[in-house]
Amino acid sequence: MIANQIANPYLPAPAQVLAIQPQTGVDYTFRLATDIEPAWGQFVEISLPGVGEAPISVSDAGPGYIELTIRRVGKVTTALHQLKPGDTVYLRGPYGSGFPRDEFAGHQLVVAAGGTGVAPVKGLINYYAGHPGELAGLNLLLGFKTPADILFRTDIERWQGLFPTILTVDQGQAGWSGKVGLVTEFVKEIPLKNDARIIVVGPPLMIKFTVAEFIKCQIKPEQIWVSLERRMHCGLGKCGHCKINDVYVCLEGPVFNYSRARDLVD
Amino acid sequence: MGYKLTPAGLAALLDELVTSRRVFGPVRYAGKGRLAGTDLITYGPVKGLADVVWDARTTFSPKEVFFPVKESLFYFSHGEITESALKASEILETVVFLRACDLNAVTRLDKIFLENGPAADNYYARRRQHTHFVLMECQESFPGCFCVSMGTNRATGHQAALRPEGDYYLLQALAEPWLSLGERYGQPADVEPVWVQKNSLTVKVPDRVDTSLFQHELWREYSSRCIACGRCTLSCPTCSCFSVQDIFYRDNPERGERRRVWASCQIDGFTDMAGGHKVREDRGERMRFKVLHKIDDFRRRFGINMCVGCGRCEEVCPEYISFARCVNTLSQLMNGGAGA
Repeated sequence: MIANQIANPYLPAPAQVLAIQPQTGVDYTFRLATDIEPAWGQFVEISLPGVGEAPISVSDAGPGYIELTIRRVGKVTTALHQLKPGDTVYLRGPYGSGFPRDEFAGHQLVVAAGGTGVAPVKGLINYYAGHPGELAGLNLLLGFKTPADILFRTDIERWQGLFPTILTVDQGQAGWSGKVGLVTEFVKEIPLKNDARIIVVGPPLMIKFTVAEFIKCQIKPEQIWVSLERRMHCGLGKCGHCKINDVYVCLEGPVFNYSRARDLVD
Repeated sequence: MGYKLTPAGLAALLDELVTSRRVFGPVRYAGKGRLAGTDLITYGPVKGLADVVWDARTTFSPKEVFFPVKESLFYFSHGEITESALKASEILETVVFLRACDLNAVTRLDKIFLENGPAADNYYARRRQHTHFVLMECQESFPGCFCVSMGTNRATGHQAALRPEGDYYLLQALAEPWLSLGERYGQPADVEPVWVQKNSLTVKVPDRVDTSLFQHELWREYSSRCIACGRCTLSCPTCSCFSVQDIFYRDNPERGERRRVWASCQIDGFTDMAGGHKVREDRGERMRFKVLHKIDDFRRRFGINMCVGCGRCEEVCPEYISFARCVNTLSQLMNGGAGA
């Protein structure tokens, strides 16, 4: 029944920090040397021995590296923010199911993302920036708390030149001439095709009310994908922390079609 | 093969068994019970026949034998990560004397640790593969048991089955070493295991539970009654949740370890995320989460109910919350009734 020797799925591999790019005062992007090849929307477990391990979604990837955009909010992330290029972190993964690229091909795609929710879709947006012909249009709706919280400024400036992009902040500041208001208020400004595909990523309340706005616009739940946040301790379907109903977010998610996600009740 | 053993014969058999194997079973710790003047009956090392308790249910389940409360995963030392190794005594073949419900519970734990997800849990597997079972047949059930309702009054996967009967013990040997031990210490006999046929408590598990019942007022009762102590999950033979923690050693901060410890969906902090987001803050919601996992979620994923009807969660609850009553109420509601 049980093999004598089985691999240790909890064993992390060392990864060198190649670069650290501060995005805001509390959000840094770490580029890490690794062979991990994640799909869009997947996550990894990153750890510092003796401090702890945390699940973080991959914000971008390329040959020989991945990027994680990490907010300083807890024990592990605070320790990670003390690191310098050349230091070593430990990784395992990738875990979970990502965004279904085949479902998007040939359709209009709308990405609505709030705050750090932009991180799991950044790689996807950058891919379509290089392959615009795979979609019948890409619309971006990006929201942040204040202008100081805006992540990926350089990328967003580039995206604004390529795709119809709405960038909004919940609260303006002196010198901010852009849009002010919640992401939900701008959904109706996006010209939606009947068969549009929608991605909504962000804090739980943002997801709930943004999805509701799209459904008001005659978008069916089957056309919407969301990414859920949970504290996965193992990423392997064992520890139980991310279970909702009969689903393990670390296995079947974190990306779910909304026709499934709407029935998941915590 | 069946064998009839005298108490002296079984005692001699166990004396031989413990020379080459670790043996665990229900044992009595006098005066260690929760209440003054009571004994703690729990799983522990068995040194001989006199240690084995036949007439009571254990407070805790045998899962600790292969899923310890706390287990080191890795040791850290100056940038090196070393996988924890088992002690020589821990890789001895291990025999656990247990009841049918608890043996059925092992199959539930196997589902999570060995089958769920992309890989088997090596820490569980390395202990589990050396663990073998002897079924202690229940001739009648203890108060609060509902194994018949859960279909867990019968079991498979054991090496031998044993029960006291009259002045003898009856052994059904299904594998070695029990076949040869039976030959040496017993007399051949026709032995068929007995199974509990009826419990005084009957639980009707609903065929399905609609999500509309998630908001039902029945859960509100538990919001105020439950004190989130987690006893129900820690005593449960099928609860498998754990948390992973890293620690530094106080006397040498260069060294530390990553370990896992049992966790409970009933205790505060189970879903805490960095940044303060959490779910199921209400204890009634936690009760709903636990009950539906045991009788609905797990079955939808693995085809069998998680709960094995051992009755421990109700026995240990300081608020006298009855899992069985809750499930029966759910059944009535699903059948259009008003609930209990």
